[in-house]
Amino acid sequence: MRNASGESSASALSPVVGGPAPLTETSVASLRGVGRTYTMGTNQVHALADFSFDFKAGEYWSIMGSSGSGKSTLLNILGCIDRPTAGDYYLAGQHVNSLDDDELSSLRGQALGFIFQSYNLIPQLNVLENILVPVLYRDGVSSTSTARGMALAERVGLAERLDHRPSELSGGQQQRVAIARALVNDPALILADEATGNLDSQTAAEILDLFDELHAEGKTILLVTHEPHIGERTEGRLQLKDGQIADARHGRA
Amino acid sequence: MQLASLTRAVRLGVSSLALHKLRAFLTTLGVLFGVSSVIAMLAVAEGASVEAQEQIRQLGSENVILRSVAPPTDKVSNQESRILAYGLTHEDLARIRDTFPGVKRTIGILQVPEEVRQGSAVCSPRVLCVPPSYLAATGREMFQGRFFVPADGAQYDPVCVLGYEIARYLFPFESPLGKRVKVGADYFEVVGVVYPRVPISSLATDPSTEVGGEVFIPIGTGLKVFGDRQVTIRSGTVDIQEVELHEIIIQVDGGANVPFVADACRSMLTRNHQEKDFEVIVPLELLLRAEETKRIFSIVLGSIAGISLLVGGIGIMNVMLATVTERTREIGIRRALGAKRAHIVTQFLVETVVLSGCGGLAGVALGLAIPMGIERFSDMRTIVTPGAPLLAFGISVATGIIFGLYPAWRAAHMDPVEALRHE
Ligand SMILES: Nc1ncnc2c1ncn2[C@@H]1O[C@H](COP(=O)(O)OP(=O)(O)OP(=O)(O)O)[C@@H](O)[C@H]1O
Ligand SMILES: [Mg+2]
Repeated sequence: MRNASGESSASALSPVVGGPAPLTETSVASLRGVGRTYTMGTNQVHALADFSFDFKAGEYWSIMGSSGSGKSTLLNILGCIDRPTAGDYYLAGQHVNSLDDDELSSLRGQALGFIFQSYNLIPQLNVLENILVPVLYRDGVSSTSTARGMALAERVGLAERLDHRPSELSGGQQQRVAIARALVNDPALILADEATGNLDSQTAAEILDLFDELHAEGKTILLVTHEPHIGERTEGRLQLKDGQIADARHGRA
Repeated sequence: MQLASLTRAVRLGVSSLALHKLRAFLTTLGVLFGVSSVIAMLAVAEGASVEAQEQIRQLGSENVILRSVAPPTDKVSNQESRILAYGLTHEDLARIRDTFPGVKRTIGILQVPEEVRQGSAVCSPRVLCVPPSYLAATGREMFQGRFFVPADGAQYDPVCVLGYEIARYLFPFESPLGKRVKVGADYFEVVGVVYPRVPISSLATDPSTEVGGEVFIPIGTGLKVFGDRQVTIRSGTVDIQEVELHEIIIQVDGGANVPFVADACRSMLTRNHQEKDFEVIVPLELLLRAEETKRIFSIVLGSIAGISLLVGGIGIMNVMLATVTERTREIGIRRALGAKRAHIVTQFLVETVVLSGCGGLAGVALGLAIPMGIERFSDMRTIVTPGAPLLAFGISVATGIIFGLYPAWRAAHMDPVEALRHE
């Protein structure tokens, strides 16, 4: 059942498969002239237009912009759950445009970690099972992966609640489970769409501390947010307007 | 590893179904009733068919049976006393025996309407005057003693053989062999007892009632003692019938000749009798007809089974479509976390198979219990063939898969972005 994408590693340094090469070799995700156009009857909405950017390994970006500016659209394309209508996208060395549905699924499972605003845990599974879902679809749950899931639960402070259902957890705890789940396959890129949007400021701060820790460990994180003070915590800030980059600053420069 | 992932899939399916216990239970009921009614109906049909075939086989599948029947008598009426002469004759018997090819044996039977007494016990069995070859031709067996030998009839010996039920009724505490019973006005010595026919529940006989049991007398003796006239006194009217032979059993040499002999009998009797005072019974034809009836029965039952399982299947599909819609978001999450379409299809198919499999198992249990109940509380016979529960269970699981495929396919082909945005 394993396909070509399953064989290549999720490392940012692996060679690009298919399509023109991205600009730099250290890019985890490269967008080249990417567009996403919704056609509603006769009129078209350009949610993303001619979007080119490189997210490099180990970077921590906040993505900001007014409502409807295309933040979620960008994240969906980066997360391989939506396909661009124009341009090329490379993730972890693979030309995403040319992958079929099964290959996309494998790529999502091994190279990406999703954290959603509304947590999106699976209600009938307990904490540990939720954390292990991406493992299930990657190479099956084993004793080592279970140990890993438990270690991650411990890390996000939920070691005591492994057999709790999501409905028995607070919002902040649910989001911690989601973070552990996003980390379980050691992805190249972590995508968080308004991950703290549903949380009070105290809990949100705890989650953001967790992101800081992950960043310190070298994870690549993209965080969509509406809150300027969150934008100030990240080293990179990407400002979107009408599906295009209005401003991009990075502390590394 | 494969087994582990399968058990995990089943466990997940069960826990997802457990979110809506009542809904899952009601869906299961649909399958349960479908499966159990299929098994029960097949058991009843099989029981009825086997019983019919046994009854027919007792007549002998290589036999052709001719019977005397009273012709329509609307012209003779309002007579206090009358003599009605009809039926098969000794001449018919001789003609068949001497001129028909392919006939192995012919047996003429005279039935006399006499009561049988022993001490104070009285009963009205069928008193049949038969030749010694009767036993072999009908395939019956002796319980004790002997059947007739040619000498019995030739010397007009007053001997008789009792059917098992009559023997038990008249001699409950002792062996009837050597004892005497009174048939009509004459005494006969009991020389043997024959086994009853294979018990036929719906025709269960009580020897004290009018038609219960049988008593056999050698035909030679019978003709001499009782003659050709049978006198019945019925509520004031004296009913006298003159019948030479009530029945002729023709044993045919090989089953293939049965239809020819039967046709020859029909045309011969039609030629020689003014009225239609006979009937020709061909057990082989009855057997074929019974098999045809069973086939039609099976088709009808099969259709009913199909419809009931179709209804169950639609129930499953309905519930699974609702489940898929309800869990759109879960599907989106799983897809985002790396699930392939095949994973989603498997997940929902496992759920439908769990549903239909549970319904099927419960249905098999109920389907086995119903025939037992029928046997217990009625005298209908039921036979559960080993294939029936297997078939019904297999069909229920297949129904689950077939009707679960579309919802599962729909779940797998949702757009992940749309699915994640759901509600
Ligand atoms: N499925 C869709 N069909 C049509 N138009 C869409 C669809 N999804 C998004 N759009 C449009 O694309 C544009 C960008 O939407 P997007 O969801 O990316 O905005 P956003 O920046 O995430 O906004 P918000 O901050 O409110 O979440 C919007 O104009 C939106 O109307
Ligand atoms: Mg958005």
